[in-house]
Amino acid sequence: MRGSRRPLILVGLVIVGLVALYSSYYQVEPDEVGLVTRFGRFVRTCNPGPHAKFPFGIERVQKVPVQRQLKQEFGFRTARADIQSSFHKDEKTEAESVMLTGDLNVATVEWIVQYKISDPYKYLFRMRDVEETFRLMTEASMRTVVGDHSVTELLTVGREAIASKAKELLSHLCKLYDNGISVQQLILQDVDPPEAVRPSFNAVNQAIQERERAINEAWAEYNQEIPRARGLAEQKIQAAEGYAIDRVNRAKGDAQRFNALEEQYRKAPEVTRTRIYLETLAAVLPAAGKKLIFDEKAKGILPMFPLGQVQEVKP
Amino acid sequence: MSGRSKVVLAAFAVLGLVTITSSLYTVSETEQVIITQFGEPMGQAITQAGLHLKIPFAQEANVFDKRWLEWNGNANQVPTRDKKYIGVETYARWRIANPLLFFQRLRDERGAQSRLDDIIDGETRNVIASHDLIEAVRTTNRAFEKGEEAEDIMEAESMRQIELGRDKITRLILERVSNVVPDYGIELVDVQIQRINYIESVQAKVFDRMISERKRIADRHRSEGQGKSAEVRGKKERELKVIESEAYRKTQEIMGRGDAEATSIYADAYNRNRELYRFLKTMETYHSTIDKESWLVLSTSTDVFRYLQSQNAAGNPGKAVIPSR
Repeated sequence: MRGSRRPLILVGLVIVGLVALYSSYYQVEPDEVGLVTRFGRFVRTCNPGPHAKFPFGIERVQKVPVQRQLKQEFGFRTARADIQSSFHKDEKTEAESVMLTGDLNVATVEWIVQYKISDPYKYLFRMRDVEETFRLMTEASMRTVVGDHSVTELLTVGREAIASKAKELLSHLCKLYDNGISVQQLILQDVDPPEAVRPSFNAVNQAIQERERAINEAWAEYNQEIPRARGLAEQKIQAAEGYAIDRVNRAKGDAQRFNALEEQYRKAPEVTRTRIYLETLAAVLPAAGKKLIFDEKAKGILPMFPLGQVQEVKP
Repeated sequence: MSGRSKVVLAAFAVLGLVTITSSLYTVSETEQVIITQFGEPMGQAITQAGLHLKIPFAQEANVFDKRWLEWNGNANQVPTRDKKYIGVETYARWRIANPLLFFQRLRDERGAQSRLDDIIDGETRNVIASHDLIEAVRTTNRAFEKGEEAEDIMEAESMRQIELGRDKITRLILERVSNVVPDYGIELVDVQIQRINYIESVQAKVFDRMISERKRIADRHRSEGQGKSAEVRGKKERELKVIESEAYRKTQEIMGRGDAEATSIYADAYNRNRELYRFLKTMETYHSTIDKESWLVLSTSTDVFRYLQSQNAAGNPGKAVIPSR
């Protein structure tokens, strides 16, 4: 009987030995640290790699991903992260995003917060349900900051400031609660007026565009017409200069010609005079349409002509 | 060994094991323990994590959490002092600071949660109701930055200065609650207003107000655009007039100068011999006035035809006769 029991005990011992071996081995992944407790009491922190501990629950290990960048989303959830991620929204996420602004308007704000576990001991042992509490802290921080900004600031110029103030406030709360989390980044995503009033916000943007367009059009007209008017003005001035020069040059020419003539004329005034007179008539008479030469002594012809048509030229 | 003695041995072994497990207990990092002896608490809490001893069977280890614990409020509908109906959600984080007192007064966490509901919800209600809505929304009196939009048409009410602000209001709630909860062995780290929202019926009115506010802003932008563009057009008209009139002035001036100089040149020249000038000019006039349409009625007494009558009309026919004037 004894002979048949011994192998049974041996098998039992081997099983116990295997369980002990198995439960004393553990591995910490590269982005984690392991916190070991003996009978519930924290004894040591382990870095990534294979480790041994007391078996049978005497020592337990809890692994905390201290290297990992953790993220919480507010106002939406990433349903599937991919090249083109798909998002998911429902009543719960909407309740997260609706908030009051400082001018007592309503806006929906979506944002994310990225954080790391900076103190795994505190993270594990200082607060129950750290993650959920962190959500509430983030919501409270964001609403506090948004509540101190106008809806216009929230939608336009204030985004950066709001995000950084909310992060500051959240970091302050983390310190106050001593929860071992350090906030890395808080980033505003879509910020919108509520669905019902969105068209009127768009109308404001449209009005701004219209305003800019009206002003631009007026300036375009200005830029079109003023340079042209300046050019035209310059043209007129140049033309006037030309006219003045023309007048003066002609006057000078005429004067010189006259002077030259006069000089010669003085030498033989009478002859020159007659010559010019006769030359002129020789040129002029053929040009006249009708010529009538009468003798003053033979009176009586003149009345036969309707005087209105007669052009009498006397030298 | 006989079969009987084996049974006795086994019984003792089991008894010993039970005694050992009953006299040992562990306290984890997140726990604290109150030892009770026949239901009566024995001394202060054990907060040191690790393996501990107690008297087996007689003593019992009551485990409490040592960490900051949750308390999440319900959405309370509260009217503010200025009669705005809003939903307020608060959260608080608390811990069992005095386990003995906690154990005596509340027994367990469930009891604590229901007591905290009463206290914190109540104080939140009181504080919110005795302040205007704006006090719970804003934190500081910072002036809003003006963006593209015209802020001065915002509701005057939302531009009001606050006395306390959200931060001080939550401090006030925390303070009041903190006055009460130590009686239960509880300590609060913080109370925060997690959410404030208008209730549905108020929200619709707020949306209406927002819409009309935006409409006014849009109208102002539009009229500002019209005004500015008219301003630019006016500037353009004015400059056009300036340019044109200036050009006119300059051209007249330049032409006048030219005319003046020419006149003076002519005058200087012709003054040397007025008689000749008059004669030449008259001759020129003949050129320009007599054309095909003109009739010339000429007397034989004119100089040019005087010889038609007689070769000797004026004395010596061999001599040219100079017309005299």
